[in-house]
Amino acid sequence: MLFLPPAVLLFTLFVVMPAGEAGWYSAFNWNGFGRPTRWIGLDNYRYVFENRAFGIALWNNVLVIAVSLVVQLPLALTLAVILAERFRGAVALRLVFFLPYILAEIATGMIFSFVYDGNYGLLTAIWGWFGAEAPHLLASPATAMPAILVVIVWKYFGFHMMLFIAALQGMDRGVIEAARIDGATGWQLQRHVVLPLLYPTIRLSIFFVVVGSLQLFDLVMPLTRGGPADASHTIVSFLYTFGVMRMRVGFGSAVGVILFVICATFAFTYKRWFMRDE
Amino acid sequence: MDGIAVFKGFFLAAALLFVLTPLLATVLGGFKSLGELRTNPFGLPSVWEWRNYADIILSSRYWGLLGNSLTIALLTVVLTLVVAAMAAFVFAHLQFFGREMLFAYITTGLLFPAATAILPLFIKVRDLGLLDSYFGIVLPQVAFGLAMSILLLRRFFRDLPPELLEAALVDGCSYIGFFLHITLPLSRPILATVGTIVFVHSWNAYLVPLVMLNSDSLYPWPLGIMVYQGEYSSEWNLILAFITLTILPTILLFLFAQKHIVAGLTAGAVKG
Repeated sequence: MLFLPPAVLLFTLFVVMPAGEAGWYSAFNWNGFGRPTRWIGLDNYRYVFENRAFGIALWNNVLVIAVSLVVQLPLALTLAVILAERFRGAVALRLVFFLPYILAEIATGMIFSFVYDGNYGLLTAIWGWFGAEAPHLLASPATAMPAILVVIVWKYFGFHMMLFIAALQGMDRGVIEAARIDGATGWQLQRHVVLPLLYPTIRLSIFFVVVGSLQLFDLVMPLTRGGPADASHTIVSFLYTFGVMRMRVGFGSAVGVILFVICATFAFTYKRWFMRDE
Repeated sequence: MDGIAVFKGFFLAAALLFVLTPLLATVLGGFKSLGELRTNPFGLPSVWEWRNYADIILSSRYWGLLGNSLTIALLTVVLTLVVAAMAAFVFAHLQFFGREMLFAYITTGLLFPAATAILPLFIKVRDLGLLDSYFGIVLPQVAFGLAMSILLLRRFFRDLPPELLEAALVDGCSYIGFFLHITLPLSRPILATVGTIVFVHSWNAYLVPLVMLNSDSLYPWPLGIMVYQGEYSSEWNLILAFITLTILPTILLFLFAQKHIVAGLTAGAVKG
């Protein structure tokens, strides 16, 4: 019976209490020193929703999800179908594609701030081959977020590919053989037999896409720090820039509570509606 | 059939180029002079500048950053495994009132990331006097990793043959003895998997250390590398060498423990 208290204590102290306190602090105008005394009710939430940068941040998180679903998921699926078969080099290729996923987001962000660098970067050189002046992608509000989206695909498609490969290899080969004997060929087989069998994994992959998008922060910092002109903020980089850096505990806590509500609501409803059978 | 094979080959080659180009350019860029990096960012260096790398490897700064990261990651792994394994054992084998409720309580930790409570977490760590110390990072990391770790461990402990426990209890073995001498040795694979997930997360972590630390001397490498970039803002060749050397341990670990890493980060995530 002495085995349980350490876990419960740590969890309560560093997870549950801070989450609860975020709700309490969010009702104060407080810079973190002394005790919170200036009660302002729900004003912090009003400030958050009136902040232009918060709207951009929310929208960017939606963009991340959209690009992950439209570009990254098909890419990961196609590669998984190719690499789930046994041929020389398949295992090595899987590992290479998985490699970006285990690199730290900070390192990935820095590598790509080199790729995009207007003076030394790889893109600059490619533009140079055509005799053109390269755009400074990260320095313009219109292109900063698209540039980050490319990095996100680069970093995460290998993880989703591995999920699909694991599912493909765990699949009942009998069903596929039966369909083949019944006359299903290449594309038909993939579309009408393999794909439906992958639906549970696709639903899981979408779950990770949304959860990952809601936490996105480390990658943005070395690339743009949310700029220029707040164009590339995510919810967490917004929280860090406007809450943590300025020690506006009440305001930052309000952002945290909003993020908490989004995360918890999503996790509950998604699991209830789409992942019941698993 | 031939057309499909060509398409596959082309697709794989394109994906490979997309993934490897930034990485190889980073490694090679570290060997170039600044002037050459500007004119020839893709190719092999015409003169290999070993000094870029040597200066960093011989600096105490590099080893200091790696040492901090390693200390924080190992403390996090050990503490997580000890605390989570003990709790998971209780949840797996002991019957008592409120067990399922308590388990549900802990798994609520899966619902939200540390970022949601980062400011109250900062206040809490400050009030405990742990700001600017290893444990100010380790304890929150352990706490936020508990839900996933306990979930994975409990599932594994439960799947061990129940006859083992019955036989051990009949032979006069205590629960603690059973845990130490039978459960833990049999659970090496899952302990390795959980340990690897926790290690990689801690090694790469940025937000929690960023908020909790003030002193450069305690910085783990993701913080240190950002400072380094600030200092050498346009000397990209040095920055690239530094990036290469800091991701090198991750890549080596990946090569040696790829089974655990891939299993832990994908299959482990599936079960969570």
